[in-house]
Amino acid sequence: MTATSPAAIKAAQPDVLSSVDALTEGLASVGYIASRRIATALYMAIHLQKPILVEGSAGVGKTELALSTAKLLGQPLIRMQCYEGLDESKALYEWKYGKQLLYTQILKDRMGEALSDAKDMDAAMDRLHGIGDLFFSEPFLEPRPLLKALKEDDGCVLLIDEIDKSDEAFEAFLLEMLSAYQVSIPELGVIEAKTPPLVFLTSNNIRDLGDALKRRCLHLHIPLPDADLERKIVASRVPDIEQTLTASLVNFVQSLRTLDLRKSPSISETVDWARALILLNADSLSPEVVRDTLNVLLKFEPDIAAVEPQISELLRRPAA
Amino acid sequence: MQGALEDFFRALRAADVKVSPVEAIDAHRTVAKVGFTDRELFKDALCATLAKTADEVIRFDETFETFFSRDELAFEPPPQGDGDPMEGLPEGAEDSELARMLLEGDASGLAQAMEEAAQRAQVSQIRLTTQRSRLTRRLLEEMGLAEIEALINNARKLEGGGDAADRLEAGKRRLAQEAQRYVERQHELYASGSGKMLREEMLARKALNADGGIDPVDQAMMQALVKKMAKRLADRYSRRRNRARKGHMDIRRTLRKSMPYGGMPFEVIWKTEKIDKPSIICICDVSKSVAAAAQFLLTFLYSLNEVVDRMEAYAFSGRLISVNDILDDEHVDGAIFQVLRKIGFQQTDYGKSLEDFCENHLDSVDRHTTVIFLGDGRSNYADPRLDLMATIQTRARSVIWLNPEPESYWSQGDSVMYRYERFCHVAKTCNTLGQLERIIEDVLRTYVPH
Repeated sequence: MTATSPAAIKAAQPDVLSSVDALTEGLASVGYIASRRIATALYMAIHLQKPILVEGSAGVGKTELALSTAKLLGQPLIRMQCYEGLDESKALYEWKYGKQLLYTQILKDRMGEALSDAKDMDAAMDRLHGIGDLFFSEPFLEPRPLLKALKEDDGCVLLIDEIDKSDEAFEAFLLEMLSAYQVSIPELGVIEAKTPPLVFLTSNNIRDLGDALKRRCLHLHIPLPDADLERKIVASRVPDIEQTLTASLVNFVQSLRTLDLRKSPSISETVDWARALILLNADSLSPEVVRDTLNVLLKFEPDIAAVEPQISELLRRPAA
Repeated sequence: MQGALEDFFRALRAADVKVSPVEAIDAHRTVAKVGFTDRELFKDALCATLAKTADEVIRFDETFETFFSRDELAFEPPPQGDGDPMEGLPEGAEDSELARMLLEGDASGLAQAMEEAAQRAQVSQIRLTTQRSRLTRRLLEEMGLAEIEALINNARKLEGGGDAADRLEAGKRRLAQEAQRYVERQHELYASGSGKMLREEMLARKALNADGGIDPVDQAMMQALVKKMAKRLADRYSRRRNRARKGHMDIRRTLRKSMPYGGMPFEVIWKTEKIDKPSIICICDVSKSVAAAAQFLLTFLYSLNEVVDRMEAYAFSGRLISVNDILDDEHVDGAIFQVLRKIGFQQTDYGKSLEDFCENHLDSVDRHTTVIFLGDGRSNYADPRLDLMATIQTRARSVIWLNPEPESYWSQGDSVMYRYERFCHVAKTCNTLGQLERIIEDVLRTYVPH
């Protein structure tokens, strides 16, 4: 493993990576309001060249963090969505079987011609060995996300989304990739990254990840934001919104989170709601408006039913 | 700083945050990168490298705060005139750094001296509550207690030294208090967590049918432990099943195979890995004789029911009933209570129960089925109906008997365990949670496709 990655990135973005504060500002400039913990974890991931495992409930901005980082560093983002049954032929590489078949056809047609002047069988075999074995070679290799990420010479951001949805076997398969930034292809040998990519793994905690995987990663847990941070996020994502409306809607969402709901609204719901309110030209929160748009915030019928009678009371609640 | 970090890792491990050597190295690299000047940055950076779950983050925060907080030692400069605080002390007092710090109330100097002395006295090696007073004494001695005591004695002998001696004495007392608090905190850091771990470990090894059963105090901890085991099993088991659920054409291998035929896909190869879907029939004794163990056998029955798709559960004392519905519908505590209320704590009759089983449920036993008996094989001298046991054995793929009694008790008194054992593929003693877990895991492993 070489130390080129931070250097390469540094050359491109000298200021952003100099300190955690600079990184926070940089992220803000591409629209991601990061808490200090998030920025610190990202800073360490870049400087220690370690993958970063991001956990947190749905909609707190795990995937968004990777997207924003790619934007900030000006590097391509390669995204791989995990699911049950994902295997290496979909994640790493696949042979171009069609072309390989064609190649054997051509080989067969040309074989007679190439071997015609050989005197006997032995000479023909020698000649045969002399023809380069192209069947398993890079031109026939169809790279999938992981291999693509390793082949980006100038570095890239690799997002392995929802790793907890994949099988245990796949998790084990990732270990080599994550610790040494290389993969072994049996027919070709080891392929190593010139510039290690910056790897994000996200997890929703569907199942516990293995210790081996966790050990190779930095860990970042993104909690639901506090009111202050959430106001900033809404203001950054929905620039048209008025400040008073932001304050009251964040306040309302925060008080919703204190209730016992099946799915508390997370940041993405807050942002969606803010957008919906803008579309409806609502300039303040009235119980009617809230009632009409509650389905943006809450995704379960029982939750909506539980919250509806309390709307006016929740709206009156003073800011925490 | 290396020493301090190593101590911090030990404190983390004591708080059940796993720190492997690789992570320790990462932490050192982290520190080298961020330095210690910014406390928040230092903490967040270490947290990212060391704590790997949300729970661990919480424990990390707590440990960090306790470990890296140096609460100010409560030393104020003693009220005095404008004279030299060392006045009135015998000769040689000027050389005593400790005496000077005590009298001047140099809190930061004392704190540092205490740190250094603590390292020499190896206070951080503390394990047990009983070590506290001895370590406090050691710490004070390392700081130079003897010196101070000698000074006090000498001052008392001097004329007019009584006042100075009193002041020094007061300083000494405060120092002793601080030392005690310091050791107290170290104990909290390094030893409090390990006490809990020790108890959990003991619990896992404790016999379920020991006299008086499990201490009610430990009951909750036990439940949590069983749940943890079951979750681990569930995790592992669901992965195995997923892996076996493939049925696609294996293009790669098909093409490889086609090469001898000139690229013609002559032999098609499938990715299928065929498995016998596990089907388990679990028959649990809940009678008087296994009363102490019954609750935990049932707890595990419950967990197993969550883990395995095709699982039939039966419970019996005198007669046998199916408890599948109860296990499916109720929460674990409720389910156990219901089962015990319905059928528990009656006279055992293995023969009758086997009869019930064979009459009503024998159809569900086929060559894919594993039958697990949980019970002590004590049949109150009733006919054990070995013939029925033989029927089950011939039909089932395997029969496993888990007996909470040690093997030396088998066939003593009314136990017919040895006679049943002949019809079992595996008969094992299983009277601790640890054993139970291992055996159940073996059962699940049997079904992994090879």
